[in-house]
Amino acid sequence: MFVPCHRGGSSAASDFKGFTLLMPAVSVGNVGQLAIDLVISTLDMTKVGYFYTDCLVPMVGNNPYATAEENSTELSINAEVYSLPSKKLVVLQIRSPFIKNKYRPFCETLLSWVKSSRCARVVVLSSSHAYQRDDEQLLGTPLRYLLTPDLEKAVGGLMQELKWKEMEKVAAYPGINDTDKVLHIPGGGITKLLFTESCSKGIQMAVLLKFCSEGDNIPDAFVLINYLNEWLQLVKSEVNTSSQWKIPSSWRLLFGNGLPPALF
Amino acid sequence: MATFFGEVVVAPSRAGLDEEEEAREETPEDREIRRELEKKREVEVLWSGACAEEPLVCSRFVVAIGRNAAAFLSSFILDSVCWEVIGVVKLWNEWCRTSSTTNVLPTDSFCLFYRLISDPTVLLCQCSCYIAEDQQFQWLEKEGLQVTILSTCPVAEYKTQESTLTLASPFLKALKTKEFQEQVCCPLLEQPNIVRDLPAA
Repeated sequence: MFVPCHRGGSSAASDFKGFTLLMPAVSVGNVGQLAIDLVISTLDMTKVGYFYTDCLVPMVGNNPYATAEENSTELSINAEVYSLPSKKLVVLQIRSPFIKNKYRPFCETLLSWVKSSRCARVVVLSSSHAYQRDDEQLLGTPLRYLLTPDLEKAVGGLMQELKWKEMEKVAAYPGINDTDKVLHIPGGGITKLLFTESCSKGIQMAVLLKFCSEGDNIPDAFVLINYLNEWLQLVKSEVNTSSQWKIPSSWRLLFGNGLPPALF
Repeated sequence: MATFFGEVVVAPSRAGLDEEEEAREETPEDREIRRELEKKREVEVLWSGACAEEPLVCSRFVVAIGRNAAAFLSSFILDSVCWEVIGVVKLWNEWCRTSSTTNVLPTDSFCLFYRLISDPTVLLCQCSCYIAEDQQFQWLEKEGLQVTILSTCPVAEYKTQESTLTLASPFLKALKTKEFQEQVCCPLLEQPNIVRDLPAA
């Protein structure tokens, strides 16, 4: 599944021992994916490979993080891997929706790649439908986290210190009884499947998600990435919390072209 | 989400989410039905005559995807003197079905492979049928050859600072891999524009 780029014969491209894998879920508002764009763009990460997979709708374009004419012509596809060895960070970006019935095959292949490339832990950025919150969730922070048991042992205490809120479970049979509780992440795409599979496979995984709706989700992406930054400290926290992140050039014209002058 | 009238509707998502299906566990009957459907949606290539026997040697491969690109090839490139049909793709999806005949009308849905008689390593594929997402990946892949993909997109989907009404259309844009060293005949496709579906695959 993972195909490394050939950059000067670097064979270390596929060994991410001890690295943190940061990845998005394709979820409501594409918030995780937007947040990942901010990470790759701000930290100027190098592409080290891509996923060759039939689970995602194919797409291709020129370099979405181009800053000048010279670096604008590298092709970019739907699932690419970037790395920053100085921060022991490897990032997967997913740029298109899943094809029907392909959630499970993708999750299985991804998690087996996580194990074979020896990543220490996985952090998934995701989102969930805001309209499905219950009365209590409507108040307070829209941000939630989840930790697999293996990661809970390592960083559970830190989450307490940061005063983060764990994602609540919901009744499996609402209205009938409230005793059976299950994890429910509506609008979260592969998030729940990835998380439950990681729990059973002993993978250290954290999920960070935000409740949101479809619309202009750029502010949601900033909120989510600053949430992640409280923990991983990828960039120095500034007072103005959006100025430390660099918006990639591909975010231009997200809501359509310019208007024809003849309209006025 | 709740509408103004108080009814609850499922909000469509740009992320293309299809959760209900994925969450349900499959019964043996479901699995059987899914397998039958997958078999029906398989893409099959039928090669003619000698081509069916040995693997094809290919140095240049031109693929025309969509009715416009297919018509371009029919009008300006293909003729029965220089090109011979060597294969046909048989596939079915909810939008179209191709047949295994090579005698096609321009209005049919078809996908044919041609070979240049004077240089049999030059291959051409003319694909005017719709290829669904799950079928796009079933296409062949080879290495060490030059591939040119011709396709069209509506001007309305082109993202630019000005309005598309003022653009001189039609216009050409290209994407190329690092390995393609020759001169490209038109400007490269700028971000945030992308190509999707079969041409991207």
